[in-house]
Amino acid sequence: MNAINMNRRSWLKASGALVVGFAAGGLPNPAAAWTEKPVAGDQVAAFLAIDQEGKVTVYIGKVDLGTGVRTGFMQIAAEELDVPLSRVRVIEGDTALTPDQGATYGSLSIQVGGVALRAAAATARRELLSRAADRLGVPVAGVGVEDGVVVAPTGRVSYAELVRAGGLELKVDPAAPIKPPNARRIVGREIPRVDIPDKVFGHAGYVHDLKVEGMLHGRPVRPPRMGAVAEAVDEASVAHIPGIVRVVHQGAFVGVVAENEWSAIKAARDLKVRWSAWAGLPDQTKIWEHVRASQVAQVQVTQERGDPAATMTGAARRMSASYDFAIHTHGSMGPSCAVAEFKDGRLTTWSASQATHNLRKQLAMMLAMPVEQVRCIYLEGAGCYGRNGHEDAAADAALLAKAVGRPVRVQWMRADEHGWDPKGPPHLVDLRAGLDAAGNIVGWESEAFIPKGAGGNVDLTAAELSGLPRESLQSPGNIVHNLALPYALPAVKTTCHRLETTPFRPSWIRTPGRMQNTFANESFLDECAAEAKVDPIDYRLRMLPPEETRGREVLERVARLANWQKRPSPQRELAGEWVTGRGVTYCKYELVRTYIAGVAEVSVNRGTGEIRVTRFFCTHDCGQMINPGGVRTQVEGNIIHTLSRTLFEELTYDRGAVTSLDWGSYRVIAFPEVPQITVELIDRPAEAPWGAGEPAAAIVPSAVSNAVFDATGVRMRSVPFLPAKFKAAAQST
Amino acid sequence: MSQNLAMTVNGRNVTVTVDDPEMPLLYALRNELGLTGPHFGCGLGQCGACTVHLDGEAARSCVTPVASAAGKTIVTLEGLGTPERPHKLQQAFIAEQAVQCGYCANGMIMQSAAFLARTPRPTEAQVKEELVNNICRCGTHPRVVAAVMRAAAQG
Ligand code: FES
Ligand code: FES
Repeated sequence: MNAINMNRRSWLKASGALVVGFAAGGLPNPAAAWTEKPVAGDQVAAFLAIDQEGKVTVYIGKVDLGTGVRTGFMQIAAEELDVPLSRVRVIEGDTALTPDQGATYGSLSIQVGGVALRAAAATARRELLSRAADRLGVPVAGVGVEDGVVVAPTGRVSYAELVRAGGLELKVDPAAPIKPPNARRIVGREIPRVDIPDKVFGHAGYVHDLKVEGMLHGRPVRPPRMGAVAEAVDEASVAHIPGIVRVVHQGAFVGVVAENEWSAIKAARDLKVRWSAWAGLPDQTKIWEHVRASQVAQVQVTQERGDPAATMTGAARRMSASYDFAIHTHGSMGPSCAVAEFKDGRLTTWSASQATHNLRKQLAMMLAMPVEQVRCIYLEGAGCYGRNGHEDAAADAALLAKAVGRPVRVQWMRADEHGWDPKGPPHLVDLRAGLDAAGNIVGWESEAFIPKGAGGNVDLTAAELSGLPRESLQSPGNIVHNLALPYALPAVKTTCHRLETTPFRPSWIRTPGRMQNTFANESFLDECAAEAKVDPIDYRLRMLPPEETRGREVLERVARLANWQKRPSPQRELAGEWVTGRGVTYCKYELVRTYIAGVAEVSVNRGTGEIRVTRFFCTHDCGQMINPGGVRTQVEGNIIHTLSRTLFEELTYDRGAVTSLDWGSYRVIAFPEVPQITVELIDRPAEAPWGAGEPAAAIVPSAVSNAVFDATGVRMRSVPFLPAKFKAAAQST
Repeated sequence: MSQNLAMTVNGRNVTVTVDDPEMPLLYALRNELGLTGPHFGCGLGQCGACTVHLDGEAARSCVTPVASAAGKTIVTLEGLGTPERPHKLQQAFIAEQAVQCGYCANGMIMQSAAFLARTPRPTEAQVKEELVNNICRCGTHPRVVAAVMRAAAQG
């Protein structure tokens, strides 16, 4: 879009949409929910509108987040309705317009959101065809659709004409027939993403670019120590800054509002605040002792078969190891940003929230407003890879807008983002295994020490700091997944110790838990393979259940793709400063969907401990692919992002606050460090579509760890794989 | 005390009125001139999201005081090319689908455009070295390199 069209209502009206009955303006009715059209998830009109020119609007509760999934949604609607892609547009994540489909996470946008849309489109198509058949006096079986026009030997009638004669108030029928694979023309094809041209010409319309009439600029002023409160705020210290409008202070929440952005930035920088003392963070050098000593809220066994304790006791060889994974920040390129506006007693926010319907409830709770009076609208932001600070920026903006009575735009500074986005929590796994004389695993036990909670709402920072109502939830994501193994072992027990607390407000970052657990499992499995002196791919294939043909296929294909030379690890040529090796990993995502295998090739400098990943190969089976191009870029992104996390990323902190507040202190991957990446996608048009936004990330850390071991005989059990850690591990080997 | 600063932006002569000459150029471009191609990423000169051309050289507008741009020629992503008259890098970024969230794309394109003007036939290694201070969190790196090589091959 060339300019952000603020007034969606007028746009909708102008388009004469088939959905009827949305409010035509005027003062809000406090008793009525703030919706502009049907949004109930069982109604076709919640997902689709066809206007009187035959244009299709898709309303979807899942949002793009820079993944390209918007193009996929367009393909799904265009395919089932048989209209050209150019006649479809998408509205995402607007609580007044789109169905509540839950947060956009867990690689579920296509698997759940897209499948719901497909059912709605298929229901609409069936209805339109039957109306057309009536009109044309032929049986339904005798009609076809060409570009939104129903065609029969007796004549033609367009969708546009059909909807002019009557709306589509229908219930979604999940059993409505969808197009069979051989009839598909748009789905399954590598369609270029629709958002890219605007992005390369500078017209993308990010939330960061939004201007609302009368808008002021705000900045939060966060405590320099996370639990400190503002004992005194010296407003006079910023009174000289031109355009300063207000200093807002409520408990530990402090913010400034100014007429222009630079004045707000300067005021936030210069404001004198007396903060209380606080030193509640653990000693970073003893983080794993801290994790082990944290109170356990719940013990959760995620897989149990046989009696591993007994089989391990009698085993020929016994192994044990601990794996840990550092605290990470989302580190979005664009700091979190939002605009909030109060008007006629109602609040509207614009943000890149993953979950506008949830944010709406959280904001209503914080502000003690009826949820019906809050509308949250998604606009594109920088890639977030999970629940970062977007929702918190919306809460900051809402508090500041309320204080000044005008719309306020808040954009965090880099230090706010690195310091205050919720973190991927520390993750620790202990593992034990017993091997028989032939090297087969006869017993396996693992224990993860990870915070309690699941994928619910993450508390809003502004509510927490200001002491306003919040749910007080701890929501790290569904981090127990993939501790259970995808292999057929005779005896296994995997246990999660769910901890009462974790040092930083946690949330999910791309592949939460699945990545950390896969790192531990697949690296430890590699230790067993090395102990057994068996080739690591053969070892895995040997243990895969026979019915896992798709799992077998990704592993066999990655071996071919990487030209894998069969032999046990480590390799034997330990001469010279730089040595090379290769490592493999297999994963079945959450043990129920997407299959992935990967091979990493590394060069390791045994003197300095520097690890270079030179090539990465990945085979990927996510079932039906809506847009293979989109899947491919997601897989590449997963690999590169996770290599950055694996090799470099680690939050640092003192007893009061995060200290890695910029890109110098929180180092990420740079161009020369990105390996050559080869991805092989396995397309299964007749299968269900599964997710691709996260699964490939799960295989990266262990593939690299296993490759380092293959090259050097040194086992990396602690992410990130910094040179100093390699040297320490080499010494203890 | 507000002051007027004259500069050329995307071929137009403009006057920007500022009350602080130390304000970074980025805010003048985005908020006064409505040019939202350049993005705020870090404000520290570390990530590249804010890159523009200042007298033909790639510059980080988040750490360039607006006063230092007075009298200079500035080109932003919007001025580099348009859908009607695209720059070869903009075409190449579309052809290679070298964009995910796109927040870094401004910096990738502007840094590479200044580079190609100087180094029309780079090697892949040179491209990677040139972009060493441009961060992408979505992992578009191989496609960005491919796009720059594609544009370079067009001469
Ligand atoms: S915003 Fe200017 S370099 Fe990051
Ligand atoms: S495309 Fe998202 S940061 Fe580069």
